[in-house]
Amino acid sequence: MSDWIEIGKLNDIPPLGSRIVQTQDGDIAIFRTATDEVFALRDQCPHKQGALSQGIVHGKRVTCPLHNWVISLEDGEAQGRDTGCTKTFQIKLDGETILLAQNA
Amino acid sequence: MIGRSDNIERKLVVIGNGMAGMRTVEELLKVAPDKYDITVFGSEPYGNYNRIMLSPVLTGEKTIDEIMINDRAWYETNKITLHAGKEKEITQIDRLKKTVTAQDGTTLSYDRLLFATGSNPFIIPLPGHQLEGVIAFRDIADVDAMLAAAKTQKHAVVIGGGLLGLEAANGLLKQGMEVTVIHNVDVLMNRQLDQPSAKMLEASLKERGLNFKLAAATKEIHGDEQGKVTAISFEDGDKIPADLVVMAVGIRPNIALAEKIGLHCNRGIFVNDTMQTYDPCIYAVGECIEHRGDTFGLVAPLFEQAKVCANHLAEYGIANYQSSVVATKLKVTGIDLFSAGDFGSDENSEDIIFRDQYRGVYKKVVIEDNKIKGTVLYGDTMDGSWYFQMMKDGTDVSEMRDRLLFGQAHLGDSGTQGASGVANLPDNAEICGCNGVCKGDITKAIAAENLFTLDDVRDATKASASCGSCTGLVEQLIADALGSDFTDTETRKSICRCTDHSHDDIRTAIAEKDLKSFPAVSEHFDFSSPDGCHVCRPAINYYLLAQWPGEYQDDSRSRFINERSHANIQKDNTYSVVPRMWGGLTTPAELRAIADAAEKYNVPTVKVTGGQRIDLLGVKKEDLPKIWKDLNDAGMVSGHAYGKSLRTVKTCVGSTHCRFGTQDSMSMGIDIEKMTWGSWTPAKVKIAVSGCPRNCAEATIKDIGVVAVDSGWEIYVGGNGGMKVRVCDFLTKVTSDEDVIEYTGALMQMYREQGHHNERTAPWIERVGLHFIKEEIVENETQRKAFHARFLESQKYSQDDPWAERASKGVDVVDFIPLKVIG
Repeated sequence: MSDWIEIGKLNDIPPLGSRIVQTQDGDIAIFRTATDEVFALRDQCPHKQGALSQGIVHGKRVTCPLHNWVISLEDGEAQGRDTGCTKTFQIKLDGETILLAQNA
Repeated sequence: MIGRSDNIERKLVVIGNGMAGMRTVEELLKVAPDKYDITVFGSEPYGNYNRIMLSPVLTGEKTIDEIMINDRAWYETNKITLHAGKEKEITQIDRLKKTVTAQDGTTLSYDRLLFATGSNPFIIPLPGHQLEGVIAFRDIADVDAMLAAAKTQKHAVVIGGGLLGLEAANGLLKQGMEVTVIHNVDVLMNRQLDQPSAKMLEASLKERGLNFKLAAATKEIHGDEQGKVTAISFEDGDKIPADLVVMAVGIRPNIALAEKIGLHCNRGIFVNDTMQTYDPCIYAVGECIEHRGDTFGLVAPLFEQAKVCANHLAEYGIANYQSSVVATKLKVTGIDLFSAGDFGSDENSEDIIFRDQYRGVYKKVVIEDNKIKGTVLYGDTMDGSWYFQMMKDGTDVSEMRDRLLFGQAHLGDSGTQGASGVANLPDNAEICGCNGVCKGDITKAIAAENLFTLDDVRDATKASASCGSCTGLVEQLIADALGSDFTDTETRKSICRCTDHSHDDIRTAIAEKDLKSFPAVSEHFDFSSPDGCHVCRPAINYYLLAQWPGEYQDDSRSRFINERSHANIQKDNTYSVVPRMWGGLTTPAELRAIADAAEKYNVPTVKVTGGQRIDLLGVKKEDLPKIWKDLNDAGMVSGHAYGKSLRTVKTCVGSTHCRFGTQDSMSMGIDIEKMTWGSWTPAKVKIAVSGCPRNCAEATIKDIGVVAVDSGWEIYVGGNGGMKVRVCDFLTKVTSDEDVIEYTGALMQMYREQGHHNERTAPWIERVGLHFIKEEIVENETQRKAFHARFLESQKYSQDDPWAERASKGVDVVDFIPLKVIG
């Protein structure tokens, strides 16, 4: 089973914003939606490795800043006709605390 | 759509399995997939096919399989019941019980019924019209009959010299028949062409081997004892042999069933702007309807109707159908012909005509009230979509009428290998430079996936989906591929897919309804997604900022990353940093500070930009606030090289040093930059000031260009370099330095208030017309001063250096540091 690590508080991330968690295996982008849900994706667009954490968040999606691919925050899948997938990580809220699953 | 539910109670029955009906179903599945259990009745025994591609099937350029839009598997996947075939034709409808009954007795109840019964070809009731071998050109069965006849028979007669008739005649000719086209007037395609162009078309078709009998009155079709057609005779006594007669003299809305059940009909089934008939449970779309006196025969308007109808079937209730302007092309390979709008002349209109008999080129543009009313092009149709766009937009063409017929003059285009007509490009020519999409990718996708609209092509290929500068080329490719069914006829383009409303609708509402936040706008217009998307959020954020200066709080989450982090993102996710150099001037101290910063932060590339500044490329995001701090300490501020904002004011040295200089262009450039820096604009703005007419600062291809002459300054507007180079229009000449400042400020503000987001000054001017800008800025002093004053007012709130705010004043600091570092 996975261990949950505390990575910060909900209010550390602006609504419709994103922050990154640096790990030895690369950056993980943590997203907060308008309705205060949180999601975690590898910070790499499946297209040309754009940093998704720098994109515009809308609904449960983020638009990559490099070429406007739209990626689902829920499953990491490229939307529309684009195909590709970004790894997702388990994440949850415990009150205001954001917990990320290690070795997910 | 695989996730559609199995048990939906509400039932939608569609009568007609053609393009309009199925497009409505597709649109409905997009917006409300689980609203209805859907059943479709079609009288042809196929899935849904692209009727407009029957001509290429007849010529052998395409197969039936290639023109299928939705095969039977599609109906299964989407859980739609399809009853196809003659025996499934609906013969009874009980409007009280809400049931339909097919010929074979199949009975079904409905909650909503959609009529998409299309049209029937009109058959002239000549004596002999029921003989075997007299057919229409309407469906796959007709095409099969023609192909069969071509194998064994020799003489074909096509009655009707319109679009469809000529396509049929061309196809039969290709299949080896000897073909004569009969037309009742002496102008071919008289609904699309005027006499000179029609004569050129006739000559060209004769050269290919078609025979014509024009201004002809048919008398009788003759047959043999077996009831098979043999000849056709005319009032003038002529008689020609015929083994096959194709009637292509127009279509009539198919309203028999609707009339039978008492739905109000005139020429077609009456519908209102929501596509609803007189029975509120029954809707109708396509060729069977009559909307505000119009009936329809081309596919583009049907698609708009489908979208509106789907919206109301889904009970969203926000779409209205407005009749569309339609353009026509003839799908005969090798013949270039384009026609749009009303090209007939009357006392209120003026014709501009170009005619070169030898080259076979004819162009006519009809203008009324300085706007294009219609156009006919023959032989060279390259600019058809340009005229068409200006016609739809109601563009004022008075300033360009001397050049209008010479076309859009893509002389300065880059990225298309210098070729001017997209049709002449080879398949491997790159159309969309941003996404690396070649012409062949686009044309293949249009054919293979049956794409009709710009959005379809963008989704499928990504062409023109990024910067959009190749949109015109992509539209031309769609127009070429689809011929008479050139789509995207929307006169008002919606801002994005979250809403059907346009940029102007939204700006107007923001001002008039006092909307002061994105949620207020998205709620007012009932956006399909409450927080919008990456297209509308930045646009609306800008509109709010421009409308409510000092009041609206800029929303950084609605900004593209470059404007959020005040640096340009590069392909490896590093950033570039460009400090401002006022008027392109710098000092040894500034250069030293830049050099120090470049070394301190290991900047891999240092480059001089086109805007007379220095670019530090390859800076890591977390280093941005630090490098900004160092540059701030040396007195430098952000150059806004990343924003839809004032970029640079480029200057030449002018009278300070240059022996030709007539004015002090450097000081003027600095003054203009000090006034305009920091302002947000619809798209990037570049300004330049040249000290004499030699124009070394290249001011006449900038958004605003100022050129010194001995007696003062000339002001130019609306130029840009880039993919489509546009030279500025001359606005006016002024004598004092103060006037230059006032005019520049006024132009900035007018553009800020009226430009669409992402629309540079060049397309803005082409949209509103230079004439209008002159009226507001040059001729109306009060207006000019008011624009300038509003600009200065809004500048009060925008001239805080965003770098200093982030480096030293704690703005958005969290954007530049990780939430957590693990391991």
